[in-house]
Amino acid sequence: MAVLRTILYLVIYPGLLFLFAYSTFAEWFDRKLYARFQNRMGPTHTGRFGLLQPIADFIKLLAKEDIVPDAADKGLFHVLPAIGLAVVMTAGLLLPVWNFDLGAPSWTSFPGDIIVMLYLLSLPTLILFLAAWSSTNIFSTIGGARVLTMLFGYEVPLFLAVLSPAILADSWRLAEIAAFYQQKPLLLLTNLLGFAVAIIAVQAKLERTPFDIPHAETEIVGGTFTEYSGKKLALFRLTFDIEMVVSSGLLAAVFLGGFPGGAILGFLQFVVKTLFIIFLLSLLRALTSRIRVDQVVSFAWKVLAPLAVLQLLATILLKGFLS
Amino acid sequence: MSFEIPIGPQHPALKEPISLRMTVEGEVITGVDIRLGYNHRGVEKVAEEKNWTQNIYLAERICGICSHSHATCFVQGVEKLMELAPPKRGLYIRYLVSELERVHSHLLWLGVAGHEAGFDSFFMYTWRDREIVMDLLEMISGNRVHYAINTIGGVRRDLDEGQKATILEGVATLRKRSEYYFRIGATEPSFVARIAGVGMLSKEQALSLCATGPVAKASGVARDVRKEDPYAVYDELDFEVATADTCDVLGRVVVRVKELLESYKMIEQMIKNLPDGDIACKAPRKAKPGEAVSRYEAPRGENIHYIKSNGSDKPERLKVRAPTLGNYPATVEMLRNGFIADIPLIFAAIDPCICCAERTVTLIGARNGQESVVRMSDLRQQALARAKNAPVKGNAVWPF
Repeated sequence: MAVLRTILYLVIYPGLLFLFAYSTFAEWFDRKLYARFQNRMGPTHTGRFGLLQPIADFIKLLAKEDIVPDAADKGLFHVLPAIGLAVVMTAGLLLPVWNFDLGAPSWTSFPGDIIVMLYLLSLPTLILFLAAWSSTNIFSTIGGARVLTMLFGYEVPLFLAVLSPAILADSWRLAEIAAFYQQKPLLLLTNLLGFAVAIIAVQAKLERTPFDIPHAETEIVGGTFTEYSGKKLALFRLTFDIEMVVSSGLLAAVFLGGFPGGAILGFLQFVVKTLFIIFLLSLLRALTSRIRVDQVVSFAWKVLAPLAVLQLLATILLKGFLS
Repeated sequence: MSFEIPIGPQHPALKEPISLRMTVEGEVITGVDIRLGYNHRGVEKVAEEKNWTQNIYLAERICGICSHSHATCFVQGVEKLMELAPPKRGLYIRYLVSELERVHSHLLWLGVAGHEAGFDSFFMYTWRDREIVMDLLEMISGNRVHYAINTIGGVRRDLDEGQKATILEGVATLRKRSEYYFRIGATEPSFVARIAGVGMLSKEQALSLCATGPVAKASGVARDVRKEDPYAVYDELDFEVATADTCDVLGRVVVRVKELLESYKMIEQMIKNLPDGDIACKAPRKAKPGEAVSRYEAPRGENIHYIKSNGSDKPERLKVRAPTLGNYPATVEMLRNGFIADIPLIFAAIDPCICCAERTVTLIGARNGQESVVRMSDLRQQALARAKNAPVKGNAVWPF
């Protein structure tokens, strides 16, 4: 029985199939919202309300010619998209969705899984940099340098912001953090500042406007992806969609009280809460214009990091006061 | 590490071919080289083969966005040569279309600026509202792009009362929206962070490099042909020259939105004071020998047409100076010491209309990199000579 559950977990929910289907839905949701914010229609033709458009795009890209530049580092160039996808899918398995027992740590839910998850979500950035570097294109190289520059900006505020609720819950395990806030929902309000910081940092991690600097098309063409085409580009796009779902799942687990209620109710909670976070991300995307890479770093260190530290300080004081 | 990045001739930031070679040091630009001539069409030569009336439609095709500007500039010059005085009503309609065209051009530019800065929402909103003025232009002239409303001695279509009311209605909507864009463009923090202090051009530089149009106005130079050398109806209209003193891309955004508001004012005045009478007078087939220079304030700056007549029904020479050409030297200065991220913004801020400014082609040898300017007939002769000497080949070989 346990084996069956594990296979279900790996392959169906929240494993491969669900992450694929839900991430395409999330992309559709994001595109549709973004379009409506801009007074456009968004996808309409493929499937009802254009729901199948992301899948159609994915299949179309799979069928396209796959070009590898002569000067590229072939080995890296080939494996990086697959590694990126594997990494974010693995991160998806750590979401506290249904297959966990609060009392007994298992391989999907254990003390310290929040750290592992943050680490796994940082890896795609590094992979992106390597991808850019190995393709040797001048635009990619600049894009890759920008990826790393941005990483130094938003990573620390993100860690500080996500870890402060964990400190209040006195646990490094996502399931326990969520359970703690389910018991005391009012305490969620104390983390609002951290939530705002985390949303902005996740937006930067996902490289969406105003942080879409590494692939700013009007400046450096495709940026990191300039030389990628066909299957590899499709995998990279899927990686970003899944990363969006997983990171909004992480934020929902930490800041919005997780997904209680077993398999079905928990599933509904998962959908509603992640869609809410994706809504916030789309709103941010529609409201802002792209800023420069030096502005990202100075904004991250002058505004985001102090705010995250403030949140940490408030959490520690509150914890002392509560105990 | 210093290396060269090519921007263009094909690049997503450019809608037309031009080559900007940037020498960059990390993210900072240290040198700029502009290369023109990718879209040379030989318009001036064609003009010598066509008669005065045909040339109106040719001049209109110099530019897609400011088509009316070139046609009007040409027609003004020809009327000067023929010593014609078009009736007032015709002139009012002609310059009404001019101002509507300015509105459409500036709204288009605002969208492009938003897109270059990665602010796609701004782009979508301004282009949605640009449809209003495009519809008005279509209603007046029957066309959305090449209005073809000018003729020598007046205009070809009249306005009726219903059309006048529709124009006023459309302009009222546009004014409300433009005020909103003014607020966004000048205050939205991430957008302002991107455009303030970018592409600096001091007042002295603007004057010494002969910048024109909104680029000069944003550097505090109130240079506007409509005010300095009022042609046709502009001395009867009440308007101000929009300027800004920030000398950067933000200033150019502000100037353009202010110009929009001034244009709405002028459109309303022209509609309200539209005189009665004919819309055109009869023009002779030939012009007297002589020459004329016509100046016109296009949306992008000062347009100059020089026309020489030898007494026949065709011009002996037509010389076109599009405003974009006047702004290139200033662009090189604006780009220097900027960031790579700012290239598209700074370049777009002159509202480049690249193929309007193409008056010459420089040939660059594929093997030795030598640059030369040659006549078409010489080029043809060279090609013939080469073909005669060259052995017959099965497949062409790419010279690189």
